[in-house]
Amino acid sequence: MSHSQSASILDARILVPALGGAVTKLDPRKLAKNPVIFVVAVVTVLCTVLLVKDLATGGGGLGFTFQLVLWLWFTVLFANFAEAVAEGRGKAQAESLKKSRTDTEATLENGKKVPSTSLKVGDVVVVEAGEIIPSDGEVIEGVASVNEAAITGESAPVIRESGGDRSAVTGGTQVLSDRIVVRITAAAGSTFIDRMIGLVEGAERQKTPNEIALNILLAGMTLIFVFAVATIPSFAAYAGGSIPVVVLVALFVTLIPTTIGALLSAIGIAGMDRLVRFNVLAMSGRAVEAAGDIDTLLLDKTGTITLGNRQASEFRPVRGVTAEELADAAQLASLADETPEGRSITVLAKEKYGIRARDMGTLNATFVPFTAQSRMSGVDMGETQIRKGAVDAILKHVGSANSATGRGRAAAAEMEEVRRIGDEVSKAGGTPLAVVRDNRLLGVIYLKDIVKGGIRERFAELRRMGIRTVMITGDNPMTAAAIAAEAGVDDFLAEATPEMKLDLIRSEQAKGKLVAMCGDGTNDAPALAQADVGVAMNTGTVAAREAGNMVDLDSDPTKLIEIVEIGKQLLMTRGALTTFSIANDIAKYFAIIPAMFLAFYPQLGALNVMGLNSPESAILSAIIFNALVIVALIPLSLRGVKYRAVGAGALLSRNMAIYGLGGVVVPFVAIKLIDMAITSVGLV
Amino acid sequence: MTLNGWLQILLYCGIVLALVRPLGGYMFRVFSGERMFLAPVERAIYAVAGTRGEEQHWTRYAASLLFFSLAGILALYLLQRMQGTLPFNPQGLAGVAPDLAFNTAVSFVTNTNWQAYGGETTMSYLTQMMGLNVQNFLSAASGIAVAVALIRGFARRSASGLGNFWVDVTRTVLYILLPICIVGTLFLVWQGVPQNLAPYTVATTLEGAQQTIAQGPVASQMMIKHLGTNGGGFFNVNAAHPFENPTALTNLFHMVCIFAIGVGLTNVFGRFVGDERQGWAILATMGILFIIGVAVVYWAEAAGNPLIGTAMEGKETRFGVVGSALFAVITTAASCGAVNAMHGSFSALGGMIPMLNIMLGEVIVGGVGAGMYGILLFVIVAIFIAGLMVGRTPEYLGKKIEGREVKFAMLALLILPLMMLGMTAAAAVLPGAVSSVLNPGPHGFSEMLYAYVSAGGNNGSAFASLSANTPWYNLTLGITMLAGRFLMILPILAMAGSLVGKKAVPASDGTFPTHGPLFVALLVGVILVLGGLEFFPALALGPIVEHLAVMAGQTF
Repeated sequence: MSHSQSASILDARILVPALGGAVTKLDPRKLAKNPVIFVVAVVTVLCTVLLVKDLATGGGGLGFTFQLVLWLWFTVLFANFAEAVAEGRGKAQAESLKKSRTDTEATLENGKKVPSTSLKVGDVVVVEAGEIIPSDGEVIEGVASVNEAAITGESAPVIRESGGDRSAVTGGTQVLSDRIVVRITAAAGSTFIDRMIGLVEGAERQKTPNEIALNILLAGMTLIFVFAVATIPSFAAYAGGSIPVVVLVALFVTLIPTTIGALLSAIGIAGMDRLVRFNVLAMSGRAVEAAGDIDTLLLDKTGTITLGNRQASEFRPVRGVTAEELADAAQLASLADETPEGRSITVLAKEKYGIRARDMGTLNATFVPFTAQSRMSGVDMGETQIRKGAVDAILKHVGSANSATGRGRAAAAEMEEVRRIGDEVSKAGGTPLAVVRDNRLLGVIYLKDIVKGGIRERFAELRRMGIRTVMITGDNPMTAAAIAAEAGVDDFLAEATPEMKLDLIRSEQAKGKLVAMCGDGTNDAPALAQADVGVAMNTGTVAAREAGNMVDLDSDPTKLIEIVEIGKQLLMTRGALTTFSIANDIAKYFAIIPAMFLAFYPQLGALNVMGLNSPESAILSAIIFNALVIVALIPLSLRGVKYRAVGAGALLSRNMAIYGLGGVVVPFVAIKLIDMAITSVGLV
Repeated sequence: MTLNGWLQILLYCGIVLALVRPLGGYMFRVFSGERMFLAPVERAIYAVAGTRGEEQHWTRYAASLLFFSLAGILALYLLQRMQGTLPFNPQGLAGVAPDLAFNTAVSFVTNTNWQAYGGETTMSYLTQMMGLNVQNFLSAASGIAVAVALIRGFARRSASGLGNFWVDVTRTVLYILLPICIVGTLFLVWQGVPQNLAPYTVATTLEGAQQTIAQGPVASQMMIKHLGTNGGGFFNVNAAHPFENPTALTNLFHMVCIFAIGVGLTNVFGRFVGDERQGWAILATMGILFIIGVAVVYWAEAAGNPLIGTAMEGKETRFGVVGSALFAVITTAASCGAVNAMHGSFSALGGMIPMLNIMLGEVIVGGVGAGMYGILLFVIVAIFIAGLMVGRTPEYLGKKIEGREVKFAMLALLILPLMMLGMTAAAAVLPGAVSSVLNPGPHGFSEMLYAYVSAGGNNGSAFASLSANTPWYNLTLGITMLAGRFLMILPILAMAGSLVGKKAVPASDGTFPTHGPLFVALLVGVILVLGGLEFFPALALGPIVEHLAVMAGQTF
C-alpha cells in the first residue's frame, strides 16, 4: 500500500491465477454482465455444437472449422483474462490490506473484552498503548500517537485526539503511546479497510454512469451488426450461393466491438486501482469518473497553496522606534508562544538582531495566551505589558487604553502609521501582527505566507485542462488577493466561512459546473457533501470523512490534481479503445467479405487488397487478430492512456491520430502478417 | 467530366450557400415565436383548432405528431378510394386499389413519396391537389417541427417543453412553405410548367399517330415537391417529364429548392444554440460528403460503361450527364426522391452513391427537418466516443451526453439497417417478391435493395425496373416507410425531452470545440463508419460486384 509498490503488469503472481480466473468466468451468469462478450460466447457455443455435429456426420473442412471455433473460444477467454488480471492486481493490493485486518480483541468501557468482529456502531472501547484499534471510530477522550502505516504506508506516527479535527481513527491501526477512548463508527465488515478491500478486488464494483452509457452504445452496435450479418445468407441465396455458419459467425464476431467490450471492465477496475496506488480511496467508481469532469477546484490556502505556517520575515517599526527595539519586544511576547508563527518570530529576532532566547522564569514573566475574544497574546513582566496580535485587535486595545490616559495626538498618529504599515503588509500578501508595549505602539511584524514551490506551474496546468481554481482562505481580501496573484489561482474567496464555501459550491453547480474540494474539519462536512468530488483528509474528522466521496490517506490536498488526472485517464482510455475497436472494422471487412463471397462472385477478389493467401486464411487471420488484439491491449487498458494538459482540441487530434487512424491501419498490417504466418506453418 | 460540368456544380453550390444565412435567419424568427405578418390568420387557425399553443412535453409533442399523421393517412386513403365518385376527375379515373392506396397514403404522409403508380394514369386532379399535395406540405412541416423540437432540446436549459407541435406546423406552412411556393409556382408557370384543370389533350403527331398529352395542376405540386423534399411526381417519370422540368433553368431551380430548407435549418440550429459556427460545422460535414458523392457519380456517369462509353440511357438530353448526376446525388442526399433520370440505368457505382446516400440516413442536408435530426444523431454518437478521448463526460453545446441520450440515439440508428436490410433479406428469398425483379444478377438485387432502402430512408426514388405495385411490395414498403419515419422520430423526441431538462455546462479549455475542422473530420468518419459499414456486405453483393463484373467486360 505504498507508492513504491509498483506492480509490474506482467507479474507472474498475477498472471497465473488470472488464467484460472479466465476459465471460471465462463459462468454464464458472470458473462451476462458484459453484453458484447456474452453474445460472442453464445455464438461460439453455437459453432461448437455445429462442429460436433460435423464431426459426427463427417463433413468437410473440419480442420478450418475447428481452428475458427478454437479462436472464438480464445476471444471469450482473453476477455475474461483481461478482467481477471485487473482484478488480480487489485487483489494483490487487498492482500496487504487484509494483513492489517487481523481480528483483535476490544476492551469495552466497562472493561469487558469482546472480539472486534462483534462490535456495533456506537460501542465505546478503550485502546491502550501497543493495542490495535479494533474498528473505525472517533476519539472521544484522550490523546495518543498512532501508527497508521497499515493504511498509509507512512511509518511516522500521527497524533489522534478527542475534539478538534484529528479525532478519527481507523481500524487496524496501532496505538503507540497513551490511552484513548473511542466510539465505534463502523461495524465489522463495513470499516474503511473492508470497503477498500472490496473496491480494489472489484467485488463491490458497480457500473458507473459513463460505463453504462458506453455499454448501451456497444450493445447497439452489436445489434446493428446482427442485422448486417444475419441478412447475408438470404442475399447470398439470391445470388445462388451459400455461406457456412461459422464463417458468418467469424464475420460477426470480428465486426462487433469485442476489443472494447473485452477490456471495458478491466479499464474500470484499473482506474480504481490507480487511485488506490496514489493512496486515495474512492467510495465509488462514480466519484472517480466525476473527477475527470471537474470544472472548478476549491483549494484551501493553508497547507495546499502555501506552506502550512506563516513565517516572520521583517520587523517594521513606527517612526521613533528602532527595528531592534521592536524585535526585542516581539521576541519577549513570543517566548512562550509555541505556535509556528510565534517560534518564527524568535528565530527572526535572533537571526537579524542577535537577540538571544531568554528564560521566562528568570524574567519573572507570565504568559498571556491567545483567546478568541482578545485576539492577542503576550507577556506580563511586572508593570510591563507586551502584546502582539491582529492590527485591528491591537488598535482597539490601544484605543480604549489611550482614551483613558489621554495621550491624544501622538497616539493617533502612531495608530494611523501602524494601520498604514499593516495595509502595506496585507497588500503584499503577508499577515501583519502589531506589537504594543505598555500602550505604546512599536510597529508591525510582517508574517509572510510562503507559497509552495512549483504550485504556480500546477495551476497553469489545471488551467490548460480547463479547470478553474479558487483559493479559499480566512485571510482578509487584500492578503488573499496578493497570495492568489503570487500562486496564480484564478479566483479566491477571502474571509471564508463554512457557509460561504457551501454557497460558492452551490452557485458554481447552478452554472452547471462540477466542483471538487478537499477538507478535513467537521465544519467542512456540508461543503464536502455538496461538492461533486469531496476529498476528505485522512487526518480529518469522522464527519468530514463520511461526507466526502474520497479519502486521501496521505492527507495531501494537492493530490486533487492527480485525482482529476486519474479520472480523465479513465474516460480517455475507454474512448481510445472504443475508437480503435470501431476503426478496426474496415480492415476486417476487407479481409472477410471477399473471402466469403468468392465462391459465387469471384470478381470480389478485387477487394482482397491485402492479398491474403486464401479465403480460409483470410477469415482465420481476421479472427486471430481480433482475439490477439485483446491480449495486446491489456497493458494499455491497465496503465491507461496518458493524459496531457494540452487543451481538448490538441488532445483529441492526438488521440484520433493514434487510436482512430492507427485503428484503421494497424489491422491491415497485422492481418497480413498473421496470414503470412499461418500460411507458412501450414495451418490452412 | 468537363470544366463546364464542374462550373455548373460550383454554381449550384454557390447559390445554395448564399441561401443559408438569409433563410436561416428568417426561419429562426418564425420558430422563435416572433409575431409575423399573418398573425390574425394564425390566431384564427389556433382558435379553430382549439389550441392555446402551450408548451408541450416531449410525449405530448410526439402524441400530437402521431395523431396528426394518422389522421393524414386515413384521409388520404379514403380520398384515393373514393376518387371515382368525386369531382375534378376529367379523365374519369377509378378508385385506387386498397393496397396501393395504403402504400401511397403512408408514402406521402411519411414524406417518402414512393410511387408505385403512374400519376397521370391513376390519380384524379382532386386526389393530387387535395390529397397528395396537402400532405406534401404537412409531412414537410411535421419533419421540420421535429427538427425544431430537437434543436430546442439543445438550446433550452433546465426546461421541460419542446414547443408546441400545432404551432410549429402552422407557422412552418404559413410563413415558410406557402409564401415560397406561391412565388416559386409562378416562376415555374412562366418557364412552361402547366397549371390547369383541363382534360388531357389528344394530339395528332407529325406521323399521324394519336397521342394523349397529360396535364393538370402541375406547377403548384412541383414547387412543394422539391422545397419540401417530398419528391412525388405529378407524372410517372417524375422530373424527367418535360412538363415537370421543362428547362435547364427549372432543373437548377428544382435542385436549389431541394436543399434550401435543409441548409437553412443548419443555420437555424446555430442561431438557436447561440453560435452560428455550430451550424456551419454541420453544414461543412454535409458539404464534404455531398461533394464526394457528386464527384463519384459524375465521374462514373461520364466514364460510363467500358463496353459502350458514356451511357445516356435513362438520362434526358436537356440535362446531360452533369445535370443528371448532380440531381441524383441531391435528391438522395436530401430524402427528396424526385428524379430527372432513371437511377437504375446509371453505372453500377453511379447508382451505388444514391443508394449509399440514403443508407447513411439522408444526413447530407437531408429531408426537410429529417436531415437535421438525422445528423444530430450521428453528432451525439461522435461526441460520445470522441468526447471520452479528451477525458471528460462527453458534452455537446454544454449538454452532457449520458446513458439516456446514447440509448435513444442508438434506437433511432438501429431502425434503418433493421428495415432496409431485414426487408430486403425477406424479399430476396420469397419467389413472389423476386419475380418482380426485371433484371438478372447483382443489378436485380440492387433493385430490391434500393426499394427498401428508399422506403426506409423515406426517400421515395426508385431503381426503376422493379414492378413494385404488388400487394407484397405495397404492404412491406408501406410498413418500412412507417417504421423509417416514426420509429426514428419517437426516440429522437425522447432524446430531445431528455436534453431539454439538462443544465448547460459552460465551455472551458477542457471542452473540445465542436465548430472546427477536427470535429467535421470526426463527424464525417463516424457517419461513414457507423452509418455505412453495416451496408457493406449488401453493397458488395449489389453494385460493387456489378461494377467489378462490368469492368471485366461481363454482362448479365
